[in-house]
Amino acid sequence: MRPLPDPVDTAAAVTPPLKVARRPAAHDSAEKHVAGAAFYIDDVREPAGTLHVVPGYAKAARGTIVSVDLAAVRAAPGVVAVLTKDDVPGLNDVSPAHSHDEPVLADGIIRFHGQPVFAVVAETREAARRAARLGLIEVAEETPVVTIDEALASGRDDVLPPYQFVRGDVEADLAAAPELLAGSIRIGGQEHFYLEGQVALATPGEGGEITVLTSTQHPTEVQHLVAQVLGQPAAYVVAEVRRMGGGFGGKESQATQWAALAALAAHVTGRPAKLRLDRDDDMMMTGKRHDFRIDWRAAVEPDGRLTAIAMDQYARCGHSRDLSLGICDRAMFHADNAYFLPVVRIASRRLRTDTVSNTAFRGFGGPQGVVGIERVMDAIAIATGRDPLDVRLANLYGAGRDVTPYGQTVEHNILPKLIAELEATSDYRARVAAIDAFNAESPILKKGIALTPVKFGISFTLIHLNQAGALVHVYLDGSIHLNHGGTEMGQGLFVKVAQVVAEVFGVALDQVRVTATTTAKVPNTAPTAASSGTDLNGMAAKIAAETIRGRLAAFVAETWGGDPEAVRFEDGHVVAGNERVRFGEVARLANLARVSLSSSGFYATPKIHWDRANATGRPFLYFAYGAACSEVTIDTLTGEMRVDRVDVLHDCGASLNPAIDIGQIEGGFVQGMGWLTAEELVFDSQGRLRTHAPSTYKIPTATDVPVDFRVALYEGGGNPEDTIFKSKAVGEPPLMLPVSVFSAITRALASLKPGVVPPLDAPATPEAIRRAVLALTG
Amino acid sequence: MVRKHLHFFRKGRIVHLSDVGPTRTLLDHLRLAEGSIGTKEGCNEGDCGACTVALGRVRDGRLVYEPVNACIQLLGMVDGAEVVTVEDLADGGALHPVQRAMVDLHGSQCGFCTPGFVMSLFTLYQAGRAADRDTVCDWIAGNLCRCTGYRPIVDAALASCAGAPADAFALRAADTAARLATLSDGADLFVGDEARFFAAPASLDALCRLLAEHPDATIVAGATDVGLWVTKQLRDLPKIVWLGRVAGLDAIEEAAAFIRIGATATYDAAASAVAGIDPDLATLWRRIGSKQVRVSGTVGGNIANGSPIGDTPPALIALGATLELRKGQTIRRVPLEDFFLAYGRQDRAPGEVVVAVDVPRLGPADVFRCYKISKRFDQDISAVMAAIRMTVDGDRIAGVRLAFGGMAGVPKRAAAVEAVLTGASLGDPALTRAVRAALGQDFQPLDDMRASAAYRLDVAGSLVEKALIEVAGTPTSATRVFGLR
Repeated sequence: MRPLPDPVDTAAAVTPPLKVARRPAAHDSAEKHVAGAAFYIDDVREPAGTLHVVPGYAKAARGTIVSVDLAAVRAAPGVVAVLTKDDVPGLNDVSPAHSHDEPVLADGIIRFHGQPVFAVVAETREAARRAARLGLIEVAEETPVVTIDEALASGRDDVLPPYQFVRGDVEADLAAAPELLAGSIRIGGQEHFYLEGQVALATPGEGGEITVLTSTQHPTEVQHLVAQVLGQPAAYVVAEVRRMGGGFGGKESQATQWAALAALAAHVTGRPAKLRLDRDDDMMMTGKRHDFRIDWRAAVEPDGRLTAIAMDQYARCGHSRDLSLGICDRAMFHADNAYFLPVVRIASRRLRTDTVSNTAFRGFGGPQGVVGIERVMDAIAIATGRDPLDVRLANLYGAGRDVTPYGQTVEHNILPKLIAELEATSDYRARVAAIDAFNAESPILKKGIALTPVKFGISFTLIHLNQAGALVHVYLDGSIHLNHGGTEMGQGLFVKVAQVVAEVFGVALDQVRVTATTTAKVPNTAPTAASSGTDLNGMAAKIAAETIRGRLAAFVAETWGGDPEAVRFEDGHVVAGNERVRFGEVARLANLARVSLSSSGFYATPKIHWDRANATGRPFLYFAYGAACSEVTIDTLTGEMRVDRVDVLHDCGASLNPAIDIGQIEGGFVQGMGWLTAEELVFDSQGRLRTHAPSTYKIPTATDVPVDFRVALYEGGGNPEDTIFKSKAVGEPPLMLPVSVFSAITRALASLKPGVVPPLDAPATPEAIRRAVLALTG
Repeated sequence: MVRKHLHFFRKGRIVHLSDVGPTRTLLDHLRLAEGSIGTKEGCNEGDCGACTVALGRVRDGRLVYEPVNACIQLLGMVDGAEVVTVEDLADGGALHPVQRAMVDLHGSQCGFCTPGFVMSLFTLYQAGRAADRDTVCDWIAGNLCRCTGYRPIVDAALASCAGAPADAFALRAADTAARLATLSDGADLFVGDEARFFAAPASLDALCRLLAEHPDATIVAGATDVGLWVTKQLRDLPKIVWLGRVAGLDAIEEAAAFIRIGATATYDAAASAVAGIDPDLATLWRRIGSKQVRVSGTVGGNIANGSPIGDTPPALIALGATLELRKGQTIRRVPLEDFFLAYGRQDRAPGEVVVAVDVPRLGPADVFRCYKISKRFDQDISAVMAAIRMTVDGDRIAGVRLAFGGMAGVPKRAAAVEAVLTGASLGDPALTRAVRAALGQDFQPLDDMRASAAYRLDVAGSLVEKALIEVAGTPTSATRVFGLR
């Protein structure tokens, strides 16, 4: 067994003094945001003659289209064109995995309620909206398969084959166990509720060229699929995104259809065309986080250590594959969360339902996997009578217990130290005692507390996506133009990468201008997803900037003498020997000497590999860690719940920007808390989503954030891997911190009937909590 | 006198508009006509706050700024007001204090909700008081942010909204008030023609005359519901009669035995009067919609529109409120519970208008409790709303009025439960079981996206149980997670 390095020691080696990076710089657009001066696509001044596109859909959720009567639509005021599948010159498909199961416009079959069948193109958006409601679509309806249980009972093919990780003979070990623990938990889906809905503006150019402004995390995919739909080479299409008003995974694959429809409208009419979905249409027509059912059986030692566990993950994928392969795989990759599972089988079914195709959402399946194993930890604690934190500590990865179910060794595991620190700062043990005393005296209100960890694997598990490009220009005045393949959706990617470039050139941050992401400057990019934006694009930009800096250093050394290695770039100047010259002046002189001041940079993540057929490899470059301790009070009469206090300690390595990272942690926590406590997607038996607006789908408000909310960055972790300035990715991991809230609710409920695992499913709405109360006490 | 155009104050100038469709929204005017794209559309139904703008009006002699959702505010409703949007806040090159604080404290991420937050904070800033955390959270409950988790936004509010306003708007307040006074002409507003119009009569008599001519007109108070008919249902509402200019219709009278809430008094305006009846009403009021909804929406509109859930009717019914209506010169009064006939049907004739609701205060032996069950604390529609008024004689319940929302097609009293409770002893251990049984006689609630029928029935019983426990003396710190008395 290889010894685990001491995290503190590794940190010491990774902190060269930096001047721009590792500072809490404001978001690069902050001043524009607050002034209403940041342009989103709907804010861009429309080219003259811009048309507006609105999709129309059938009332059915499943069936064969018998007839489509669009006469009234075509006759409606302001209508210029009505598009159907027959208008698609290329391939009528926008499936991200080229699985040919996502038509732009329905191809004769209705696959879910809200599926676009036609699209109205009109002079105004209002005219298009009114006309879109006039379509008469007759469908030979079939009873839709809506839920996980219905899908399992339906006997239909899944959207993807089952998959599993296996180590050891689980069934034999479970059969031999003196006592078997078992359970099942249902975990609801989640609507992204990005504040800016899906939108695209397509402008036709000459000779079949088209430029699409698109609110997407994946401009390359938009470019390629728009080209595919139009039957044009990719080189004819430019996809550009300056910023999104939120993405969260909901614009990774789901932005494509709307860009394709806008482009199709532009192609057919020869005029610019904009499609901005109404909020209700957006919520009905775009995918969400997969809801899961996880069944588990486990054998444990008396001290709470797992000896064997079988977990069956059932994911509702909706009508098509979309990104479900990677999502369901990641749920499996995180079925261990932070715990060693010595003998294990993690099985996954990817179920087909007649509902919108579920898609990427911050955590990409990981959160569902984590909720599953954390329920197991709570169940073990309840069954053994041990404190849940002690059960968690007993099961953590550690010496001799450091190989994941998929064969990757867990290196640099800082969780034991991180948890110990949080246990102390949150005063966990004393509060447990106080809560037990409170509960003994309080018949109606019950309290609970939980401290849960997060271990999240960083890298795309689809290995080829772990690459990025950047393009850096230095102009003659020393100002720097930065472009890379990552997209800005609010996460602060642009400012972080700008900090990297400013650091390389030794200039002030405001000397670096970050520009809109476009497929015309950096091609063939990965989506901005998997928390990887900064890791990948920061590295690519650093490489590009260092290339230029290297040329400048050589030029300076040649001009003023000395060693290129000794040339320093600092405080807006270039220093060589006794010479100290403004950076802009050096750029000007270098240009006169015919030195290139432009460079691309390319980065591919090292070390990673994954053999999916054999379910083994090292899919992750490293893990990001964190832990949270949450205390709640529930009202057993009504099921209402209040979060009293939350303490978070999270590992961002050597944070590139502590303000941005804290923002990701807090925002991720609240978003995850909403998922697990309040946000409930309700589909009726006809497959229609009933919660398709913020009036019925309730994301957290300011009041829901605990008043006592203490968030800290874990100091001293660094990153032993060679990441951008030794930082760690932060986008997704914090979303799993509020699993502590869910576990705290579970514990409060468990106080009602010692020894019994509360049958609480997520989201823990008042109704769900009250249902669990009645199950325990009724 | 009839005025045929709208006028409002915008960026230092008076704007006159005469060619305005009756249901044109303020947001569409700002973004599509004016090109003020700083104000965003997030949901187009008044639930996300991305479109929040400030309306300046003189109230009780003082210029006040209130946040409204521009997406469901009909353009005609800004008549006589100053319209302030996010582009207007920076003073020369300098950001407004609330903008500065949002930048300095990292209050924006994707930035799409930010203009709405900034405008909500702007109105809080203008309110001129040192805001505490709870006030801030309440004030921004109508603004959704999906990125930040709110903490930095709340901190920005606490840092910038700390006392008397000292920005450019405050400095020119007297001048602004004078300009607004010139717009306050007392004229009946009528924009459009007999077939399609936006009208806003200035007096009750003028209103009744207009409704006699156009009994098919859509009566609008705050448009917090009608706005969605326009933006979501795309309903064509050719004749809009807005009540917002009817002089005196928004009066609130606080008498010794009752309060009288004029039909166009907003939730916000009525808040302190109802809170004087019982502290639970203060909590209930705060949980109705959001600040943006409460400064627009009216108690009269909430009643007249007949929602089965009814934010205020269950509480008002339990208190024994009486509704006053007028048609032409005929005035009639009905007990509020009799106004709701069936789902979507109220006891209001075409052309008849709600004038006021009279709400009795509690007697010395009376106790009152009301509870709202929803998935989210703020700005959510109730799954169940319960309100109970009991007259207690020692341990005995001498009288009771118990009303629920969300349990039937209308806000409704629970007659069978009232019968069980009347004369019962608070300490009777069999009482809650009897209550739960009786609820099943009173109600057959529905399953929907807010709650199942089973939960509704169960939690309704829990709420009566909770009220009995509290009235018997258990402090709310032991019975509630929110809204402690």
